[in-house]
Amino acid sequence: MTPGAIPHPEPFRFRDCSLTIVSLGRIARNLRELRAELAAVPVGSIQHHFYDAFLRPSFDDREYRNDFAAWTRRMLRDAPLAERLSVINPLDCADFEDVRDRLIEVVEERLAEDPRHADVPEGMEFRFLRSQMVYFDTGVRATTVKELREMLPRTTTGSVFYHFVEARFRSPQKRDDYSLWLMGFGDEGRTLADRLAQVDFQLWSLGETRSRIVDCLDASPQGAT
Amino acid sequence: MSVALRDYADAAGPEVIDALERLARPLRGRRVVHVNSTRVGGGVAEILARLVPLMNDLGMDAGWEVIEGTQEFYGVTKTFHNALQGVPVTPTPRGLEVYDEMNRQAARTIGPALADADFVFIHDPQPAAILRHLPSRRGRWVWRCHIDVSRPHRPVWKFLRPIVAPYDASVYSMAAFAQPLPHPQYIIAPSIDPLSDKNRPLEESEVSSVAARHGLDPSRPVVVQVSRFDRFKDPIGVIQAYRIAKRHLPIQLVLVGGTATDDPEGDAVLAAVREARADDPDVHVLLLPPDAHREINALQRRASLVMQKSLKEGFGLTVTEALWKGKPVIGGRAGGIVLQVVDHHTGFLVDTPEGAAFRMRYLLNRPNAVALMAEKARRFVRENFLLTRHLREYLTVMLAIDSGGGDQVEVA
Repeated sequence: MTPGAIPHPEPFRFRDCSLTIVSLGRIARNLRELRAELAAVPVGSIQHHFYDAFLRPSFDDREYRNDFAAWTRRMLRDAPLAERLSVINPLDCADFEDVRDRLIEVVEERLAEDPRHADVPEGMEFRFLRSQMVYFDTGVRATTVKELREMLPRTTTGSVFYHFVEARFRSPQKRDDYSLWLMGFGDEGRTLADRLAQVDFQLWSLGETRSRIVDCLDASPQGAT
Repeated sequence: MSVALRDYADAAGPEVIDALERLARPLRGRRVVHVNSTRVGGGVAEILARLVPLMNDLGMDAGWEVIEGTQEFYGVTKTFHNALQGVPVTPTPRGLEVYDEMNRQAARTIGPALADADFVFIHDPQPAAILRHLPSRRGRWVWRCHIDVSRPHRPVWKFLRPIVAPYDASVYSMAAFAQPLPHPQYIIAPSIDPLSDKNRPLEESEVSSVAARHGLDPSRPVVVQVSRFDRFKDPIGVIQAYRIAKRHLPIQLVLVGGTATDDPEGDAVLAAVREARADDPDVHVLLLPPDAHREINALQRRASLVMQKSLKEGFGLTVTEALWKGKPVIGGRAGGIVLQVVDHHTGFLVDTPEGAAFRMRYLLNRPNAVALMAEKARRFVRENFLLTRHLREYLTVMLAIDSGGGDQVEVA
């Protein structure tokens, strides 16, 4: 039996998700309003603007991957604030309430440094959104690393989001589903999982992230096809 | 031409089609009806012409009804359209009566098809008042607003708000378009159909032949704007921009417009455009019939760059069409154009005819930059704005509404 053909005791079940976006009807025209709304919106809105936005139709060549940093840079034109907001990593936080607290802290710090923040032009306001997510099983299963590698390019970006991004917030170890499954293959699986951990999904579109995961599996004797 | 869901696999990817089939399973057999005000002309009719068959392909029982109106009715709804986009115009009391009466009649004629439906999507304001005349409705009703109602003329919004508030949900093309209403407001960007006559690939010979038929010189650059002859599309501003750029470049301008049965103002705007053109042989004003999709496709493909210098815009599907054909777009900073036109990546946003003229010169002098933009533009549309993504979001909204509106919905 070739390395990639060793079966896992539990098949990998490919799931998928589809996002629909709901407007909260709340906006911020300046930094003070952003501060106030950050404290008031449902926590799901904070999550949406950090990660669910990956699934939103948008131009993918963005400098910042969370909406708060992108808006402060592009609309408020406050580069130092954008840089500070962009390094907030929800995976370093206990939960999204903790993320909210950190956002508010950074914004308040900036307001203390420079309270002269003007309104953005009309139409450029920050608009708070939330997600409704529909989850479903694709029916596709992989029992070997080779099968996982073969099937990955045929999964949607929604599936990549579910297993590689959102999974980190479901798992106590804050790891993605592919890695958790690969670790069932012993030392070699753990090596692969460590390699996947190097794929920084915050820097890429979901399609590009999928290609990089496939590249990691290709580099392994288990996943090589 | 009949197109099946699987035909989209090449453009969108087979995995996208598989996911649609899985997602739609819980909706099989459900009755879905769309209602708008015209079967031809305009982006809404084009989307419905493909979306409805695809919903049927996925096992739903989908239909499309059209509210019939008189010229007086269309005059009133055009006033609504302008007022909702901020123009300070108000229909007369008689006009409001006509609007309500046409909706009452529609409730009688097409009401039976709607009353038992599981989901009814009412597109734009024209048929919105049908709901108040159908008290026995059974399913979920969604108001799908395609226009920018972010700053409506208040008296008209005050009239319309109680008409749309009782809906179960509303859908807008952008978050900025939404108005506060007592139900969930979903955001769904529209889409283009890569297999339609307007967007499918064409032979070079067909493109050249269409260009020659309209008197275009094959050796000189062509700037094209495709849109209804509507004041918000600023065709006069496009002619002004062309005149400035023409001092530096031997360009030709094509303004391609159609008419829609629900737009009585088109003739007046067209007359103003013809007057502005004067006797310039390099300005081509083309009034094409609503089914001239292939011809418009050819003209967009012939374009060296595409303009969409709108002052107000819904989503701006003509921008999406141009980007899909690998054309950089010079667009007005309005509506959904700002979502699609990213400076130096897919084109340029402009605020004035002078700005548009400068960007024409910039792009027409940089073929290498245009080639890079073309590649990015096409990928951007493939990943975000094809009909398959639009269909998926409709399914997702139906499943979300059906589940009672929770943030997370698990389907079998």
